[in-house]
Amino acid sequence: MAELFHRKIERTAIGFVLAIIAAASVGGLVEIAPLFTIDDTVEDVADMRVYTPLELAGRDIYIREGCYACHSQMIRTLADEVDRYGPYSLAVESQYDHPMQWGSKRTGPDLARIGGKYSDVWHAMHMNNPRDVVPQSNMPGYPWLATTPLDISVLPAKLSAQRAVGVPYTDEMIANAARDAQGQATPDSDAAFEAMERYGEKTQVSAFDGITTQVTELDALIAYLQVLGQLTQAAYVDTAAPEAMPDEDPAGAPATQAEQ
Amino acid sequence: MSEEVEVDPVTGEQTTGHEWNGIKELDTAVPRGILIFIIVTHLFAFGYWVLMPAFPIGWTYTKGLLGINQHEVVEQALVQLQDERASWTQKIDQLPFNEIQADQALMTNVRDSGRQLFGDNCAACHGQDARGRSNYPDLTDGDWLWGDGSPEAIAETLRVGINSGHAETRMAQMPAFGRDAILDRQQVRQAALYIYSLSHPDASTPENIDQIEGGRTVFADNCAGCHGENAQGDREAGIPNLTDQYWLYGGDLETIIETIHGGRAGHMPTWDERLTPTEMKTLALYVHDLGAGAP
Repeated sequence: MAELFHRKIERTAIGFVLAIIAAASVGGLVEIAPLFTIDDTVEDVADMRVYTPLELAGRDIYIREGCYACHSQMIRTLADEVDRYGPYSLAVESQYDHPMQWGSKRTGPDLARIGGKYSDVWHAMHMNNPRDVVPQSNMPGYPWLATTPLDISVLPAKLSAQRAVGVPYTDEMIANAARDAQGQATPDSDAAFEAMERYGEKTQVSAFDGITTQVTELDALIAYLQVLGQLTQAAYVDTAAPEAMPDEDPAGAPATQAEQ
Repeated sequence: MSEEVEVDPVTGEQTTGHEWNGIKELDTAVPRGILIFIIVTHLFAFGYWVLMPAFPIGWTYTKGLLGINQHEVVEQALVQLQDERASWTQKIDQLPFNEIQADQALMTNVRDSGRQLFGDNCAACHGQDARGRSNYPDLTDGDWLWGDGSPEAIAETLRVGINSGHAETRMAQMPAFGRDAILDRQQVRQAALYIYSLSHPDASTPENIDQIEGGRTVFADNCAGCHGENAQGDREAGIPNLTDQYWLYGGDLETIIETIHGGRAGHMPTWDERLTPTEMKTLALYVHDLGAGAP
């Protein structure tokens, strides 16, 4: 019976092609389709923010310069990684990353929680020439970022493209994208306050590269680096990472952990 | 469709019945070893499906009989790590700084663990040797901008940061006297000369004594409010002493002029959420220890 079935399907060209396609797509269906149907693949958190236009522009520079070739943005569920980098990455933290920057190549350190770890000045010096701040670094310098003005005219189009793939940017955010980018890099300006109104008060307004008269690619990249791991507090709330205990009595922390 | 079975006389195997230019293909069975390997791997896969989280089923997935969850595994591993360190971290948590410092065994733990923590978190700015560089203070020289250099003061700086986003952050900002037109170019230059002469008595010569005296007036009117009449600053408010040989941004005349012109506002991140209280206490002791007995 099986013999006859095989003999038959093997000799029907179109039928055989369809059978191959069906067999080959099982892997894809099992791995990809559930991401759209299973509710808990991406954690549901209320405080997840979207990238501001300036951060989004910085993200594109990060991709353009190939930073992902040496830096991952994924703290794995391994004790050593959590010990060094902080709480392991949650899916929701890259919910608005299109495409995501998880990566697996670590010539440099993981950057998933680099935001807020170092000062803007440090990042500016480090981008200009990494050896100025980390003598043993083998990272190349990116000195042109500081002198290249950011093309803010394309930001509304960038935001629209992100909205097309599911990032909840509003019409107002898209219309004001260029102004918001300028505002985020110009502390105390009217545009800065407007950007904070649109993107929430956790939006980091700063001079980033230290110069407020011009928005450069360095401003955008530093803004992006400083928000990595800062878009939601979910990773600190839902995990047992030691850092995850902001509300706990410090002296009692180890004991409580051991009881779990 | 012919169903003739032809047997190869040499091997005794059946042929597939296909023929290409007189060459026929044997229908040899899969070797037993490979067949067994395939069966075993399939059985393993089946067992894995049953025991581990595997298959999507609509809105959920099969959790597996073992109930293994990566998140729980790593959490257990972290708890185990903490337990392994508990023998000394509990003492760090509970004892005051001076008692920890008196306990040599405990200080060995502090130096080992502190070195790791410093490398992961602090070395990027202060350098692995903690000697700092322009913009980033040397932590080994016993000269402190904020606090008296005691472990308590260092721990507080670690916790809240300087000009950071922390609610209780230490804050200090030097205004941009030149850029914001509080002083004119001449006044900036005079003040810089005066300040330079405080730490370089040789710089005061009969030719520029008028300039320096002018600078003294500018200093008294504009700078003394923060830096003090005698320019010795205030460690409780992060105001640097201008009379010593230690300069964060550079003590040459050009850099002093640049500082007065553009102002300064250093930034130290807060480590309150990134590090645990134990880790911050360990780091404070480690950094204090680097200064080797400095106050």
